[in-house]
Amino acid sequence: MALDSKTTEFKYIGTRPNRPDGLDKVTGKALYGADTFAPGMLHGVIVRSPHAHAKILKIDASKAMAMKGVKAIVTRADFASDLEGDDWDLLENVMAGDKALYDGHAVAAVAATSQLLARDAAKLIDVTYEVLPHVTNVDEAMKPDAPVIREGAANYSVPEGMHPNVVRHTEFGHGDVEAGFAQADLVLEKSYTTEAVHQGYIEPHACLAQMGADGRGELWCCTQGHWFVRRMCASLLGIETANLRVTASEIGGGFGGKTTVFIDPVALALSRKANRPVKIVMSRSDVLRATGPTASASMDIKMGMTKDGRITAASGVFRLQGGAFPQAPIETTTMCAFACYDVANVHHVGFDVMSNRPKQAAYRAPGAPMGAFAAESMIDELCRELNLDPLDVRLKNAAKEGTKASYGPTYPRIGLVETLEAAKAHPHYQAPLKDNQGRGVASGYWMNWGGETSVSLAISEDGTAQVSVGTPDIGGSRASMALMAAETLGIPYENVRVNVVDTGALGVNEPTHGSRATYATGLATIQAAREAITKLCKRAADKWGIDADAVVWEDGCAKPSGPNAGEFPPLSIGEIAAEMGSTGGPISGHFEATPNGHGGSFGTHIVDVEVDKETGHTSVVRYTVVQDAGKAIHPAYVEGQFQGGAAQGIGWALNEEYIYGSDGRLQNTVFLDYRIPVASDLPMIDTVIVEVPNPGHPYGVRGVGETGITPPLPALANAVAAATGVRLRGLPLSPPKILAALQSKSDG
Amino acid sequence: MVEVHLWSGLRRFVEGRDTIHVQAKTVGEVFDAIKADYPALRPVLDAGVSISVDGQIIVAGRHEPIRDDSEVFLLQKLKGG
Repeated sequence: MALDSKTTEFKYIGTRPNRPDGLDKVTGKALYGADTFAPGMLHGVIVRSPHAHAKILKIDASKAMAMKGVKAIVTRADFASDLEGDDWDLLENVMAGDKALYDGHAVAAVAATSQLLARDAAKLIDVTYEVLPHVTNVDEAMKPDAPVIREGAANYSVPEGMHPNVVRHTEFGHGDVEAGFAQADLVLEKSYTTEAVHQGYIEPHACLAQMGADGRGELWCCTQGHWFVRRMCASLLGIETANLRVTASEIGGGFGGKTTVFIDPVALALSRKANRPVKIVMSRSDVLRATGPTASASMDIKMGMTKDGRITAASGVFRLQGGAFPQAPIETTTMCAFACYDVANVHHVGFDVMSNRPKQAAYRAPGAPMGAFAAESMIDELCRELNLDPLDVRLKNAAKEGTKASYGPTYPRIGLVETLEAAKAHPHYQAPLKDNQGRGVASGYWMNWGGETSVSLAISEDGTAQVSVGTPDIGGSRASMALMAAETLGIPYENVRVNVVDTGALGVNEPTHGSRATYATGLATIQAAREAITKLCKRAADKWGIDADAVVWEDGCAKPSGPNAGEFPPLSIGEIAAEMGSTGGPISGHFEATPNGHGGSFGTHIVDVEVDKETGHTSVVRYTVVQDAGKAIHPAYVEGQFQGGAAQGIGWALNEEYIYGSDGRLQNTVFLDYRIPVASDLPMIDTVIVEVPNPGHPYGVRGVGETGITPPLPALANAVAAATGVRLRGLPLSPPKILAALQSKSDG
Repeated sequence: MVEVHLWSGLRRFVEGRDTIHVQAKTVGEVFDAIKADYPALRPVLDAGVSISVDGQIIVAGRHEPIRDDSEVFLLQKLKGG
């Protein structure tokens, strides 16, 4: 769907109206996952393994089942038994089979008439384990003597001789890196690590499931994608997708972590067994132990640079552990690491490694922040050694239209240079720094996503419009869809209502993920509106007795296209809609596709930090995000995405990490111990929206949700290095690490 | 014929070549032709791949057209986040 060259000026797009869901959310009326109830509802509780790795020898539920009020208990035997591949992995994660693979792994579940009763019953389910050796560190998991998580999990890509925990391997690049290093005036080779972090969405997973005796089910849940939930649950329960209708609640954050299922199939299985509705709400501890954090990474980077700042070669080895299952995102880590630069000689190697941790899930640009941390830290180290300005170096090497990307293809129109130029021109970059302060910059990339999309738009009798979409609204997408529909139809924003509908109302929609909703659902909304306009014009043409081709649509009205078409007063959308029942029936538009014109988005961040050299605490004193949005449909929500990405990246860089004890158990299972940044930790994050239109969208939209978390990790590390004079190559940059580094420096 | 660039991890399946050539007018035909002409790559395609055509990453879309002079790269399978 190409950029519409005729549409260069907008009436509604680019304005900042209130979001349609805003009032409900600030007054508490909005219904989230835990807000749904049903008559006769039971409460489900999941029994979780306390061991990182153990054989499940026996599950004795007799005492629990004998309790008054306990209505059902399920184990692995209550799910489909013929699954393979990704579906088998999904089920194995939702409910353990022969082995518990990580601390918190579900092994059984119980439904009872109250949550208190269900919790008591869960304690009476007696699981006999044989504890096995475990491993939670990616480098340790690759060593020859590491415990094997699962034999035979590796796919075709893994070279012979690797440990069975290495389950996927990738290698790509171009040019001759050794020749490139030989051309450099300085070559550095360093190792970097990032820890696993959680998305930290404020709303724990929650669902209400109802499976009837007729084999049909209903599920209400908080999710980023209810068609994904439907497919996954149907597969794990062994039922047809048409027999399950899923409704998405409002969602209190997802960031990629709610694109899969954890409790939903369990609630459905309990409901099927009890023949009553079952509700499950996760605790924060359950969320941290048993949903999907990111992968952690161990990376080696080698890069060469000339004295004037030209990158001559870059290579990287990226090892990611993604928990006890394949699918750590080595593809995107490797593809995004050097993607900002025009490097003639580049080489990447990636390893996907299993360990005794929960199955990693997507988190905002999944995989990209780790690679960016290593690559962008290395560029900063080279710049400091060569006394070069880090933005000038990035501009000198920046990828642009026609550049051969580090992952192979030639870039179409992209906006990295524009973000770098805007960052350099921003007053922040020249602002003076105080003692103990340092400034860091970094750039980042996310390729974005299209995905299966289906949208319907119906014209109401009064000329207003209802848009039915299948992408849950996480960041204001209803407002963006309403703006695009209003712009296309030529009617006020307030005259468009956008509804996120259930899986029975539209064709398949992928989740709100991959920064795709404003791009793909927006594109479909525009096309659905255009189809409705074609029908509106036909009604006007029929009324005037002229050809439909002789009618144009302007400002919400049908008009004759010119003097030759005849002289008729414009017919407004309201006038046409008022008569539609008697002029051919309801008028609507529909569009479905898997659009592939998503354009990638680049960003550049500037951050100033102040490091307390007595405590090691880092304060973020100023932060500026510059990013290409293609076209900002609702600028306030674009800015919100920029700020949100930066805030989460700051947490990843400074504080957050999954801490495992020597027993393989997660040590920090509540927000008091797993510390995400709160408002008082952050400055007001400034934003600059760059608009380099995406040629693949009618109005030029590029997804903006994910790129913003990619630069903060290295930008913070670079700023801390500038403030302290010591380089930390392992995240998080927590006070004890900084203090130790400062002490080491002073010790000489 | 369409020239298809392979990531270097795949070259061991095609005698060290970094590109292969197939007769195809769409993305789907590229995949089908690779499976037919280079059976060693069948497990790779069965496991899932993405493809870039003229700089645009296509994660799904067998129908997407390809010209003989299109720039085509096989990429590892990408997922949304």
